[in-house]
Amino acid sequence: MTAAKKQLAPRDNGAPDHMKMLHPAMEKNYGKWKRHDKIRPGVLKYTAESGDAIFVVRAGSPRTLSVNKIRQICDIADRFCEGHVRFTTRNNLELVVTDEKDVDPLINEITSVLGFPIGGTGHSISNMLHTQGWMHCNLPGTDAAGAVKALMDVLHEEFTREDLPHRVKLSTSCCQINCGGQADIAINLQHHHPPKIDHGTVQQCELPKVVGICPAAAIRPMNVDGKSSLEVVEEKCMYCGACHGQCPSMEIRDPDTDSLAIWVGGKSASTRGGPSFMKLAAFGLPNNPPRWPEVADAVRRILDAYRNGAREYERIGEWIERVGWKNFFEETGFEFTKYHIDSYRFARTTFNTSSHVRL
Amino acid sequence: MSDEPKTPLLDDLEEGPWPSFVKDLKDLARTKPEVNQLLGQMERSYEDRVNYWTGTVLNLSGYGGGIIARYSDLKEEFPDIAQFHTIRVIPPSGFVYSTDSLRELCDIAEEYSSGIMQLHGMTGDLLMLGSDNEQTHEAGEALMERGWDIGGSGGALRTLACCVGQARCEMACFDTMGLTKHLTDTFIGELHRPEFPYKFKFKLSGCANDCANSMQRSDMPVIGTWRDEIQVDQEEVRKFVDEHGEQYVVDNVVSRCPTQCISLGEGGIDIDDRNCVKCMHCINVMHTALAPGKDRGATILIGGKRTLKIGDMMSSVLIPFVKLETGEDWKCFTDTVRGIWEYWSENALDHERIGEFIDRVGLGVFLESVGIEPSPQMVRHPRTNSYIKFEEYAAPRAGGEPVKAPNIVDKDEQAESA
Ligand code: SF4
Ligand code: SF4
Ligand code: SF4
Ligand code: SF4
Repeated sequence: MTAAKKQLAPRDNGAPDHMKMLHPAMEKNYGKWKRHDKIRPGVLKYTAESGDAIFVVRAGSPRTLSVNKIRQICDIADRFCEGHVRFTTRNNLELVVTDEKDVDPLINEITSVLGFPIGGTGHSISNMLHTQGWMHCNLPGTDAAGAVKALMDVLHEEFTREDLPHRVKLSTSCCQINCGGQADIAINLQHHHPPKIDHGTVQQCELPKVVGICPAAAIRPMNVDGKSSLEVVEEKCMYCGACHGQCPSMEIRDPDTDSLAIWVGGKSASTRGGPSFMKLAAFGLPNNPPRWPEVADAVRRILDAYRNGAREYERIGEWIERVGWKNFFEETGFEFTKYHIDSYRFARTTFNTSSHVRL
Repeated sequence: MSDEPKTPLLDDLEEGPWPSFVKDLKDLARTKPEVNQLLGQMERSYEDRVNYWTGTVLNLSGYGGGIIARYSDLKEEFPDIAQFHTIRVIPPSGFVYSTDSLRELCDIAEEYSSGIMQLHGMTGDLLMLGSDNEQTHEAGEALMERGWDIGGSGGALRTLACCVGQARCEMACFDTMGLTKHLTDTFIGELHRPEFPYKFKFKLSGCANDCANSMQRSDMPVIGTWRDEIQVDQEEVRKFVDEHGEQYVVDNVVSRCPTQCISLGEGGIDIDDRNCVKCMHCINVMHTALAPGKDRGATILIGGKRTLKIGDMMSSVLIPFVKLETGEDWKCFTDTVRGIWEYWSENALDHERIGEFIDRVGLGVFLESVGIEPSPQMVRHPRTNSYIKFEEYAAPRAGGEPVKAPNIVDKDEQAESA
């Protein structure tokens, strides 16, 4: 313990001033951009009304970065980019130069010093959204950063080229809370049985809150050896793990049975048909660190079918919508089972309520 | 270092073309030995497929969130990561940094944490990993001393996120970065002191491309749009058609418009703007020739969220169009938000996101309660279910007369007769 308690720093500072963080050319032309041109994969040119132009170089980052690595990024940005850096929603690094002649030397620095690949623009696979996994979350059944590394090693060429029908966004989630989010292809952990309750420790949680959080109303209070505890009605439980997030004594994870599922066709943009949720493509893939080869193989199958079958500007969900799920399952070779048919709220809205059938 | 844990499974992830966090962390471990213990614990997870972190609560003085506290379950073996907390830091809007500011964060992370950062978390925070209880407080003070602030967690407003917007994108229909900072600063109390039924997230995208992933990841997406005509440069249209061929334009632009409002003729391209839903597709493809209109603003949506706990929910339209240019526009928006929070906070169940709440009370009731006029842009189509509870036909109360419903559907007529 320190002897004298130091005075507290000011609270409620709010957000830093982004205008001070911007590259001077971006600050000067703020709100006055006119057009962009694709120079090559990973490099975009933006031209302002003033005639000023910037060249944006995009590189894939692993998101988890040591201070050493970040300082290396800063060194490069100081040399080439007047001391400014940006990160994208999908964890890519963006560096800006104003002279096209600096693009190649900058790329050379990024690839040789940082080891980051250039790409993630246009019709490519972008960097994979993920969260904490075994590095820092209290809930995961699988890893996040490692799964991304393993998969992006395999999909590296799709990141650095722009040769897909449209962009493909990936995500992974290490429990069924699904922090990774909607994506064209998402890899999510799946639990397979109700939580096991530790009746000895469960009292440490606020039991009514644990009961209240269950979306299936499957949890009810129970007395075990004179102590208040909980029980789970197994037929109602859908193994979502919400209770585990509320109370660690509701153990949902199981290394022997947890497996991975692949979901396809999520889209956030309102372009064309609008946003869409992803749908179940394959399940029961083994949780197989450090490389998860079965998952990589399944993702590759989806990408191959997409590349062969989709038209330009069709995202994965739009392509499947056009060719139909029958063709999707045929072309990927995944088996369609009764588990692919929704059984939750609004399931009927997902049934084929017409006589439109591809034969 | 004698007790450096062996990590054969993680070592495998040092190979391959994608940058390896394992390699980076091993390099960091030369000056930060606790990082070796982190890798050691992760290796154990890789072997056992079991997680070894327990979550707990830790708060900085004056704040009710922003620290993600973790205790290692293997603290006998890995004592240096017995407490290994994450601090959420509010980043500059749009994740833009000067290298000075990044270096400052690195110095703080190196001094008070393990020196691992994540740029960025899924909500949009900058994350600093690996402080013990005391260091967490010291890091918090050091950050705030230098003008940074702590992000949100729990039943609070969460750290906001936005697309790059006007900083470099010609599609941006409002100042995403500026409004993100304004909302953060205006609602900083709601962000730091959890008083909501559950979390509330804003994400701001300058156009329908939604680069901030707002639709499914935020309770209130703000998505840029316009209400006049798409700007067409017919000269550039002709160049585009010459370059790509007419068939390409028909296949990739005309026939892909969701409302079929584009036609291609001798004079170039013709757009039925009244029917355009501002989806951005044609502008994305022919970005040298087409641009969003000039009378710009945003559509405000509500209710999106990820799976937990009742399945994913997509946001839906709340305010079809607002201007977001002047301070007054922004004030009008923040006032609306306050009204919505008030109604939600008073009436929602514990852990009920606003989308779930709206599903329970009904969008119609919600709109009336927060003072927003219903409009057809809010639905795909009117109801198909014929069981309607008209308030005007409410059953007579004890001793009271039944109230007669106005048999009026035409508002103009209604106004005339009034
Ligand atoms: S998906 Fe689950 S395990 Fe992974 S970070 Fe989110 S809450 Fe934690
Ligand atoms: S796993 Fe989900 S459904 Fe099952 S008891 Fe827990 S909260 Fe309820
Ligand atoms: S959402 Fe629109 S305005 Fe924002 S960066 Fe993406 S394309 Fe540009
Ligand atoms: S923006 Fe979308 S809806 Fe409007 S004309 Fe273009 S393609 Fe059609």
